[in-house]
Amino acid sequence: MKKFFYNIRKYYKYAIYSAKAELKSEVADSYLNWLWWIIEPLCFMLIYTFVFGVVFDNNEKYFASFVFLGLTAWDFFNRMINGSVKLIINNRDLVTKVYIPKYILLLSKSFTYLFKMGISLGIAIVLMIFQHVPFTWHMLLCIPIFLVLYVLTFGVGLLLMHFGVTLNDLANFTNIGLKMVFYLSGVFYNISSKLSSNPQLVFLLLRVNPIAFCMNELRKVFLNQQLPSFEGLGVWLLIGIMLCSLGIHVIHKNENSYAKVI
Amino acid sequence: MKNNVENKKKIAITVSDLHITYRGLKKTSIRASWTKLKSRVELFPALKGVSFEVEEGKILGIIGKNGSGKSTMLRAIAGIFSPDKGMIDLHGGTVSLLSIGVGFNKKLTGKENIYLSGMLLGFSEEQIKAKEKEIIQFADIGDFINKPVKTYSSGMHSKLAFAITAILETDIMLIDEVLSVGDARFKEKSYNKMKELISDEHRTVLIVSHNLDTISSLCDEVLWINDGCLMKHGSVEEVLPEYKEFMEL
Repeated sequence: MKKFFYNIRKYYKYAIYSAKAELKSEVADSYLNWLWWIIEPLCFMLIYTFVFGVVFDNNEKYFASFVFLGLTAWDFFNRMINGSVKLIINNRDLVTKVYIPKYILLLSKSFTYLFKMGISLGIAIVLMIFQHVPFTWHMLLCIPIFLVLYVLTFGVGLLLMHFGVTLNDLANFTNIGLKMVFYLSGVFYNISSKLSSNPQLVFLLLRVNPIAFCMNELRKVFLNQQLPSFEGLGVWLLIGIMLCSLGIHVIHKNENSYAKVI
Repeated sequence: MKNNVENKKKIAITVSDLHITYRGLKKTSIRASWTKLKSRVELFPALKGVSFEVEEGKILGIIGKNGSGKSTMLRAIAGIFSPDKGMIDLHGGTVSLLSIGVGFNKKLTGKENIYLSGMLLGFSEEQIKAKEKEIIQFADIGDFINKPVKTYSSGMHSKLAFAITAILETDIMLIDEVLSVGDARFKEKSYNKMKELISDEHRTVLIVSHNLDTISSLCDEVLWINDGCLMKHGSVEEVLPEYKEFMEL
């Protein structure tokens, strides 16, 4: 653990710089440039709002904001998971030529995704203004929720990063897994009201699936002026920290062998 | 242990009984790991118990035929591989493997890549800023420094990469066959720079090369590795003739 914090201190500047560099290079050759960071989530939100709000006739209050908040959390999780599986292999040049603690790669990656999540959240807030969502101090409680989401996702990402080095087909599995979690997380429907006839299922979906839980809590604080479930957040934070420590331990033990494999 | 040798020679690198085996994390698919749970793991010993010491300020040339474990050893000393057995002690010195274009992002400009690459080697932003001008000057690629690296010719690419690692100096430099970079003029310049870097009496340098002229003109000592075993470690005059004889066979 001590080594972890030492490394973070030593390399966090690199992580930030390389995250910036990646963001810059991502938009370097496109016409609309950084506008894509706004256009992309906006378009997805419109699609989901149309399909699930109009076609499937959803009467959720502030539906566009509802969808967008879900997407904000989901996109971060989705990108992190997808990004981490092939992270080492995609950075072959780096990994085989210079020593760098491997979680720094994930950290740097996570910064770019955090940045995108920030933009997405900004759009969500603009959307809420349009929809006249009452603004209250409850919204500040989104900070611990995002923290829990980050720690959890980082922990899962670390483990996937490690196993992604040796298991060729892990990416296929995570793809399927992510699809499943996507539809079960209620990005575009309200788990508690849609499935109200089956409270056990609601309980299961919201309690066992941390993404659904985070989404639900986010919507509570942003749209319903409610307090989040602190005990739930605490439990998931604990699990997240445990996953992170496990991931860090596994990576410390194995990272020097990665270069031999890829 | 340190004290009794301090007045005369300080050891910069100690490698003792170094074993490196390629294995362990073998690539596998989930299906394969189900069908043959206890599959035989392929082992390939790249280094089998190499031990040597290098004094501070010395230049050590490493020779041996292809696949004898030279690059593996450099990477192990650079910390990219961990030894399977034995140990490597750098006595607290910083180390860099001089390799071409580490961590370059092709869509960014040369200048931005200087920072990216330098920070990756463990330098701070300020340290790089102080050396930035010198690097740009040494790389000598004109206005291209402000253009994306993907527009570079391969020569310019290596020139910039060489400049970064050569100017951002570390205590121990590991060089893997990169002395011939760029055009004739740059080659001359990089060779001279290399000599200058190498002649610094506090810098320890390890050079892997197949070019025996390079080795004999630059190095103080030669280490000869064959099939992962240490054949001979000694002065240039001692080792080279024997090596030449061996390779003739």
